[in-house]
Amino acid sequence: MDSSFALFIVVATIASGIRLATPFLLASLGEALGQRSGVLNLGVDGVMLISAFGAYYAVLKTGNLMYGLMIGIAIGLLLGLFYAFITITLRAEQGVSGIGIYLFGLGMSDLLFQKLVGTPRPTLPFMPLDIPVLSQLPILGEMLFQHSLIVYIAFGLVPIMSFILNRTNYGLNVRAIGENPEAADSLGVSVILTRYSTLIIGNGLAGLAGAALAIEMGIFQQNLTNAMGFIAIALVYFGAWTPKGVMIGSLVFGLVQAIVLQCKSFGIIPRSASDLAAMTPALITILALVVVAKRFRQPAALTKPYVRGE
Amino acid sequence: MKNRILQMSTFFIVMFALALMSPLMVQAKTLRVAIVAPSASNDLAFTQSIVDGMKVLQKNRSIEVAITDGTFIVADAAAAIRDYAKQGYDLILAHGSQYGGSLKEIAPKFPKTAFAWGTSANTFGLSNVSSYEAASDEGGYVMGVMAAAMSRRGAVGVIGPIEVGDAKLYVDGFIKGAKAQKPGIRANVNYIGSFSDVALAAEAARAHMSAGADVLTGTAQMVVGAIGAARSKRAAWFGTQANQTELAPEIVVASQVYKWEVVLKKIIGDFDRGVLGGKMYEINLKNGGLVIEFNDSYKLSKKVKKAGLKAIAGIKNGSIELR
Repeated sequence: MDSSFALFIVVATIASGIRLATPFLLASLGEALGQRSGVLNLGVDGVMLISAFGAYYAVLKTGNLMYGLMIGIAIGLLLGLFYAFITITLRAEQGVSGIGIYLFGLGMSDLLFQKLVGTPRPTLPFMPLDIPVLSQLPILGEMLFQHSLIVYIAFGLVPIMSFILNRTNYGLNVRAIGENPEAADSLGVSVILTRYSTLIIGNGLAGLAGAALAIEMGIFQQNLTNAMGFIAIALVYFGAWTPKGVMIGSLVFGLVQAIVLQCKSFGIIPRSASDLAAMTPALITILALVVVAKRFRQPAALTKPYVRGE
Repeated sequence: MKNRILQMSTFFIVMFALALMSPLMVQAKTLRVAIVAPSASNDLAFTQSIVDGMKVLQKNRSIEVAITDGTFIVADAAAAIRDYAKQGYDLILAHGSQYGGSLKEIAPKFPKTAFAWGTSANTFGLSNVSSYEAASDEGGYVMGVMAAAMSRRGAVGVIGPIEVGDAKLYVDGFIKGAKAQKPGIRANVNYIGSFSDVALAAEAARAHMSAGADVLTGTAQMVVGAIGAARSKRAAWFGTQANQTELAPEIVVASQVYKWEVVLKKIIGDFDRGVLGGKMYEINLKNGGLVIEFNDSYKLSKKVKKAGLKAIAGIKNGSIELR
């Protein structure tokens, strides 16, 4: 393998890793926001699935990709409102409620697909953006500047969310509620409203992740996400509940997947070790979680419903 | 005496008539068949192929079919298989290589129920378990020959799920065919480790294309993602299990289609004769269980098609041996 070809493969692998990381990043950013306010949502995958179907169906019927994205986000926002009502207003146990949302999403997305579409039918996928000048840069152009719009939205959200969480009153309120809701309440911060907002926004991002996945591939299939939502939850712990950490976690996961794929394509990983290699991203995530769990502490009020005076 | 002879004659005639009619009576009874399969019934791949096969048989015979699809989780499939057995279904089809372990455990508990599973050649030595297999390496070989003949960049890519069952056979056959047609061809294989990860299959297709492959193929239900990726770069695609033309008419060259009705007919025929299992069945090009369907809207060169047809003929007449 000559050096120029090796460089070409490295570039393709990194580009592939960035693409693979995108849905994880969007979903885990949303989940991180909810968890910072003290609410765990195990239903991310279900939200992604229904949003993915909604977005796919919208594109199938209208041919408009942006309309599909909007529908996906809207479904996420609505499910966020529903989940917030269950866990915050009704104070249902968060773990069980989240699993309920997941199962609902898994079943409902498949049911709707079977009833409304049936056999998989392709739609127009997102095409890579041709960013003037930047996309033509050698090496960096293909690696970083020839992706679809959704990739830039996902990575653009990282500094925005960091800013909101760390530099705004709203972010301060979210963090305070996640650590000590009683103290925040005593200072006049509405725990209920703030948690409602984080869950609605967070699920909206999960909806965007699902929509992006379906539109990026131009197809929907039963269980399309293949448990991506659960990996996204793990990546929140990996990233120590920070947008930057979550981004690094998503990139590590995506890049390891991409490296394994490329190595298998070139026969570097023998076929006999193929299944073992497929487990690598998950194994690395588990190892990282073990390390992170020792160094960082989760929000103190995570999974604890808040009742004033109790 | 005459009366006695008349009575005896009438008795034998009635008994003879009943004996003649008994197979018809058995056939007239509605057969209850349950299918447990890993993906959706209309996945344009593995599960759809068995459902379509059963539909063909339903045209000529009264068969009640119950389907539990989408059982990617083996424990869910095992629960469904057990439930159908308890409900008294006559024949239960566990349609997935991954279900073998569960079937081995469940089948002995229901000795009057016939079970069949695939794709596999293993009946576990049980008298009520049959297995069925697709000689998918035959179609794979044909596709490999055509893929190598039409590749301009000298590289083809294969996306597989897990290296088992008909997926492994298909992939091995494809590589063999490609090498037979063009010994120097680069045939890259990527088993992604999942039957359901559509996104990873799409990325595997992109990895193949970035490595130079201009003709791709893949097997199992997650290939819809790979077909989408191939479509965006206009790489040619060879399908298997079901006709995948409608997923991307502009790139699908041909598909190897499973006609499971060929083995289902035999399994049900044996069931009617009281044989509940212990047999292995196969679909292949020769018995019509495997059919290569070309996409008429794809502009395939005559030379490539001729090479494909020659390979089909060679496999059928035995001049090409794959195993």
